[in-house]
Amino acid sequence: MNILGKRYIFFALSLILIVPGLVLLGIKGLPLSIDFTGGTLFEVSFEEGKTPETDAILSIYDAAQINDAQVTATENGSLIIRSSFLTNESRDVVLNALREASGSEVAVLKFDSVGPSIGAQVTQRAAIAVAVSSLLVVLFIIWSFRKVPNAFRYGVCAILAMIHDIAIILSITGIGAYFFSWEIDSLFLTALLTVIGFSMQDTIVVFDRIRENSTILRRVEYETLVNHSIVQTLQRSINTQLMTVEFLLLALAMFGGITLREFAIILLVGLLSGTYSSIFVAAPILVLWEKREWTTWFGRGASA
Amino acid sequence: MSSAWRKKRHIFVDGDIDCMIRNLTNRIILIVMIIALALWVDLSDEIKIINPLSNEPLFLQNIEPRLGLDLQGGLQVLLEADIPADQQIDSESMELARSIVQQRTDALGVNENLIQLAGDRRIVGEFPGLADTESVLAIIQQTGLLEFVDTGDFNPEDGATLFTDYSPTGEPVTLPESGEVMYHTIMTGAELDSITVGTDQLGTNYVINFTLKSEGAKIFAEHTSANAGKFLTILLDKQVISAPIINDPITSGQGSISGNFTAESANSFAVQLRYGSLPVPLKVVETRIIGPTLGADSLNKSLIAGLIGMAIVAMFMILYYRMPGLAAVLSILTYAAIAFAIFKWFHFTLTLPAIAGFLLSTGSALDANILIFERIKEELRSGRSIVQALDLGWTRAWSSIRDSNLSAIITAIILFWFGSSFGATIVKGFSLTLALGVMISLFTAIYITRTLLVIFINAFKPKNLDAWFGL
Repeated sequence: MNILGKRYIFFALSLILIVPGLVLLGIKGLPLSIDFTGGTLFEVSFEEGKTPETDAILSIYDAAQINDAQVTATENGSLIIRSSFLTNESRDVVLNALREASGSEVAVLKFDSVGPSIGAQVTQRAAIAVAVSSLLVVLFIIWSFRKVPNAFRYGVCAILAMIHDIAIILSITGIGAYFFSWEIDSLFLTALLTVIGFSMQDTIVVFDRIRENSTILRRVEYETLVNHSIVQTLQRSINTQLMTVEFLLLALAMFGGITLREFAIILLVGLLSGTYSSIFVAAPILVLWEKREWTTWFGRGASA
Repeated sequence: MSSAWRKKRHIFVDGDIDCMIRNLTNRIILIVMIIALALWVDLSDEIKIINPLSNEPLFLQNIEPRLGLDLQGGLQVLLEADIPADQQIDSESMELARSIVQQRTDALGVNENLIQLAGDRRIVGEFPGLADTESVLAIIQQTGLLEFVDTGDFNPEDGATLFTDYSPTGEPVTLPESGEVMYHTIMTGAELDSITVGTDQLGTNYVINFTLKSEGAKIFAEHTSANAGKFLTILLDKQVISAPIINDPITSGQGSISGNFTAESANSFAVQLRYGSLPVPLKVVETRIIGPTLGADSLNKSLIAGLIGMAIVAMFMILYYRMPGLAAVLSILTYAAIAFAIFKWFHFTLTLPAIAGFLLSTGSALDANILIFERIKEELRSGRSIVQALDLGWTRAWSSIRDSNLSAIITAIILFWFGSSFGATIVKGFSLTLALGVMISLFTAIYITRTLLVIFINAFKPKNLDAWFGL
């Protein structure tokens, strides 16, 4: 099976998957949740038929000195009201006003209120968390492959595969944000960091086989050696990812609670991408680097 | 690989199979013990060891599982020290503030509330199953009731609880039991204007200087003039923090409290007088309320989802890998039992992300097994005996299992750090179960699967590799 020979086809495929979502993300902007921006999400439900009009709610918020409230209805009939930071005192004011205006008992399904200063710090820490964990993992790879020539390349290729996976996740988030109003919250971040960890896991399994083979098959050409290693680990990759982890996540996405659905889908796509990128991105780039292929890119024109 | 070539292979089963693993008996004993211990913890709500001689419990630990807010609904608040960001807060006062918040909310009668430090200037409080947020928030943020009480000639010990006739609502106070003494409250901390720490005229001893508001100054002047030589006890939330003697009448509205203060104890006493019992003022920076219905719905659905997923995976493993697959499924079950026992033992909070982290680490455990089995198949296909193939499968797959799991653990540690500094307990729970799960799964994949496989091979003495190993 010659996987590496078609490497430019796989690169193109990745781009096709990544670009549309990123464009959507560019149009909508990053859909950061209040976890990062600060603000309040208030989900309430009313007795049947007594749900007040949006305008009535907005004027209640206005009376509480908050004029950036947005009301959206959910599929199960409750209302989600987003606004800037609402203190507990003003929440009680709003809640009482809602009770009066609707003449109905109001059930608080959810109240998330994050102060603006916290939001900013969470964002900063999140960026640090992503950066530090990827850096540490790369350093670990370079150390772990120190006996192989060009250990540094393995680290860099692992990062590239990881960036690929992050891009795929952002792409799916862009699509989710555009069509299903997904948000980037701390659970999203958890999914992202998990994908980073497992993406490395997959890349390491492939690289480990290359490491082992390069001591056994010394005289084989590098491209053949890498291709051979990919084929040898292919069954494992398919079984681990498709048959086990993805089944678990698919079950979670399909039958799990609503709270976990977005999380499960992101993990599902991200882990799939992690396996894909270890085979079709990380390893091909290793070969590409070894052969210094970029020197021929422009000479050969569009033959890629 | 042609089938003709395959059929020609010989399998060396007899003779060398018993020495495939050293100390097989010891291994089995160890594994059985671990499983028994895990099941014991899994199936009971408390662990109790009774001393057979005296019939008294030697050891008692409640290990009922804790459900997180997302599973049973409730309130989470993040409190932050209301002090400029560039000002350092020492960890002791944060810990003191935490324990005070804990005590106060314990008094509310809320079950299983959890108050934890989050980073160096925040405290996260979780109140599962609680819908009425107002009373909790009010009690957390109150500054504590400071009372100046006339105890006459009685010099109470620090920390003792006294009954007073003061009630914030103005209703008359009744004693809980007859025989207790009710003391008269002269004034409350509301009459204090300012508090400073200084030294006495000699400059050697620390004193607390205070000034009173005009109303308080009047009350104080009257009381101290009439009661020189008596004790004027200071209570915080009905607990004695100090019982100074009235030396001279204080009529100017300014006075000082002396005693055997060190610089430190004088400072912390002053802070208590200033802020009530909280050594640092706290403000609510984040509130999260989750309705109970949403939580229960998620729990049931996610558990069912997890079971469905696991069942499919188990089926796949057995169909595809046959005998080793069965060994892997059994060791995954053991893994689940051990992991759940550890979560219960350390009183982890079960949240949806924690369950997800657990499921993912199951994936990791399976991955280790799959790596090994694929390797074993490869070795079998290249004509090695079962014994050699097993050995090589484990030794050759080890480096990739080790490296890949280490990278997962590194990520989990970073996640844990991120989660714990913001009270993002959801993230914390996920990373903790993921990291622990990955570590336990290494043990089960390496140790238990292998032992089981050797037992199986000894028992069945497989001849037909296609059928037994799914080559």
